[in-house]
Amino acid sequence: MHVGLTVVTDIQDKIPLREWDGKVSEIKKKIQSVIPGGAWNPLYDTSHLPPEHSDVVIVGGGVLGLSVAYWLKRLEKQRGAIKVLVVERDHTYSQASTVLSVGGIRQQFSLPENIQLSLFSVEFLRNINEYLAVVDDPPLDLQFNPSGYLFLASEKGAATMENNVKVQRWAPGVAPRCCPAARTQRFGEPGRQLRRQAVLSGSSVWLENEGWFDPWSLLQGLRRKVQSMGVLFCQGEVTRASVVPCFVSSSDRMETPSGEEVILKKIHEVHVKVDHSQEYQPVECAIVVNTAGAWSGQIAELAGIGKGPPGTLQGTKLPVEPRKRYVYLWHCPQGPGLEAPLLADPSGAYFRRDGLGNNYLGGCSPTAEEEPDPGNLEVDHDFFQDKVWPLLAQRVPAFETLKVKSAWAGYYDYNTFDQNGVVGPHPLVVNMYFATGFSGHGLQQAPAVGRAVAEMVLEGHFQTIDLSPFLFSRFYLGEKAQEHCII
Amino acid sequence: SLRLAAPVWNWGTGSIRGLSRAVDPEGIQRKGRTLFQFLADRFYDVAAVREYLLRKQVLKVHQKNRSFTYIKERYGPNLFDPQLPGYPANPVFLSRFQDKEWMRSSGRGLSFLEFWEFRAVPIEAVDASGCAINYQGLDHLLALKELQSLSLRCCPHVDDWCLSRLHQLADSLQELSLAGCPRISERGLACLHHLWNLRRLDISHLPAVSNPGLTQILVEEMLPNCEVLGAGWAQGLKLGLEEQSQDTASSPIPA
Repeated sequence: MHVGLTVVTDIQDKIPLREWDGKVSEIKKKIQSVIPGGAWNPLYDTSHLPPEHSDVVIVGGGVLGLSVAYWLKRLEKQRGAIKVLVVERDHTYSQASTVLSVGGIRQQFSLPENIQLSLFSVEFLRNINEYLAVVDDPPLDLQFNPSGYLFLASEKGAATMENNVKVQRWAPGVAPRCCPAARTQRFGEPGRQLRRQAVLSGSSVWLENEGWFDPWSLLQGLRRKVQSMGVLFCQGEVTRASVVPCFVSSSDRMETPSGEEVILKKIHEVHVKVDHSQEYQPVECAIVVNTAGAWSGQIAELAGIGKGPPGTLQGTKLPVEPRKRYVYLWHCPQGPGLEAPLLADPSGAYFRRDGLGNNYLGGCSPTAEEEPDPGNLEVDHDFFQDKVWPLLAQRVPAFETLKVKSAWAGYYDYNTFDQNGVVGPHPLVVNMYFATGFSGHGLQQAPAVGRAVAEMVLEGHFQTIDLSPFLFSRFYLGEKAQEHCII
Repeated sequence: SLRLAAPVWNWGTGSIRGLSRAVDPEGIQRKGRTLFQFLADRFYDVAAVREYLLRKQVLKVHQKNRSFTYIKERYGPNLFDPQLPGYPANPVFLSRFQDKEWMRSSGRGLSFLEFWEFRAVPIEAVDASGCAINYQGLDHLLALKELQSLSLRCCPHVDDWCLSRLHQLADSLQELSLAGCPRISERGLACLHHLWNLRRLDISHLPAVSNPGLTQILVEEMLPNCEVLGAGWAQGLKLGLEEQSQDTASSPIPA
């Protein structure tokens, strides 16, 4: 400090007044770096790099990653006990599934775990200003539309729908309604507009707790709250994960039934490469949470998951890959009115209202043969003309005249095994946790899944909702947790 | 049958600092920040105290809205006791006796015993204007299966989620008033289509609705048998009429 002051007095005589301010700020910065608490690095500035140590590194800063970070900080036993770092490649979220999503939330699933996850998430969204309140910041407005989902069933799907409704009835809250085709007509304007067809044999609708909201405001709210809780953010990409064997005592040795020794591994550090540069920072971490969405498979490969002879646990890859889905926005002046729910047709087409101006958002899941190439996010407008529009017009006659205003494409983090999420630790790489692979319903389950992963990390087991059917080991054991109600 | 109503004075909507921010977001940009806010920006401990105070205010609203299932199961939903806690907000209600009088209940007014006489009488109308009723507190009202008229005017915590619960009153509700509720938007109004018995709906003075005129038209289409009182569809046209009158004044058309 003393040296700095003498430099100041010397310079004052030699430099003219207008350059004085610039010099002062430079000197102030140097002094601040010397004071304890500042980042002491006299050679070069490292403020853009992540820290060298972090307890938890969350790969992927979408809604799932931020939800895990939030619940980790909320459920930690002592304030500031856990250092969390969220690594996100793209701060504009231009390709993230979260912000490109249609934003629906529903409880109409066939697996009880999925229903429980959605119920808790809806309760989280309803009380979002209590969960994510930051002092002095305006309250969040999620723009939730409680208009609900209307699932239609053809004759083939009617039995499945009735089974699903039976599963859903046990859940606390409002019981779903399963209506025969005749009564569906009475469900408001969209009901009246539905063409009565022989293939339509029923529908199911929940009267509460379903609808759609704005995913961007949820993401911003989570980001704001998580930053106020002390989570560090870093813009960069994880390029390497160095894996070391765990220290195993002699009594803990494990063997497969065929006598081979099983070596448990853990990730010792991850290399985070900064955007637009070759610089990287090795971050030593205790736990890595993989919430990279459509790119989770690549992150899992970095940790050596799937590198082994096929058919073994070492050789079981994470079966999550990106799948491109299109969403189209069109205008139809005679379309369904204000009360229209999100209609899901048995053919795979769906649509919902957007705003007051008779605009509608919708799309259709392509069949396996029509899967578009996920290399980029270019929109195929012919897909709408050839596939989506005929299905919509068949179901809602008013959609025979419509005009497409815009369209975009986004990725599903598609789980090719059973289209349900992967949650929990990997059996061999013991400190990698997954929260990915939700195949289109990740946004609506994010708050609950975040809590489940935080419980797993902090307590070692699921406490509130038991997600054991979603563990990684099911890929090796071949036990599918198949979800029948997928859009 | 009984009718209940809130009094003219509103204690429930007092100046709760944290929650009034929810109602009036522009108030945050107030100049002249207090010493407390200044310290909270610089010290973790003071920030923690501020967070605690904010949480306490939220808990206060929840406290007022909690439900007492024991009493409901034992004595039925029509027993509204003003002195029992767990009653929506500062719930001074008026209710009518058999000859359809409004009965007011307050701390000093009617006592528990007088309500006790009418616990078997179904409640027909509730006026909860200005009460701090929220999503949980609606449990009390939704249990009244013969409710015909409900007034939730100027309730600060009634939002779109609460409206989605009102479908449980669809069989009996004929009159609903939501005027002046700061959190209700057109998205919540969309789920009123379940109320097929509704004959009168008041949706005037809703500050969160983006386009009141268009919303009223859409709500009228949604509920064809209902009389909708709102801002009026001509509200958006007012500016056009003024311009037209100015034009004719400036350039008079020769007769």
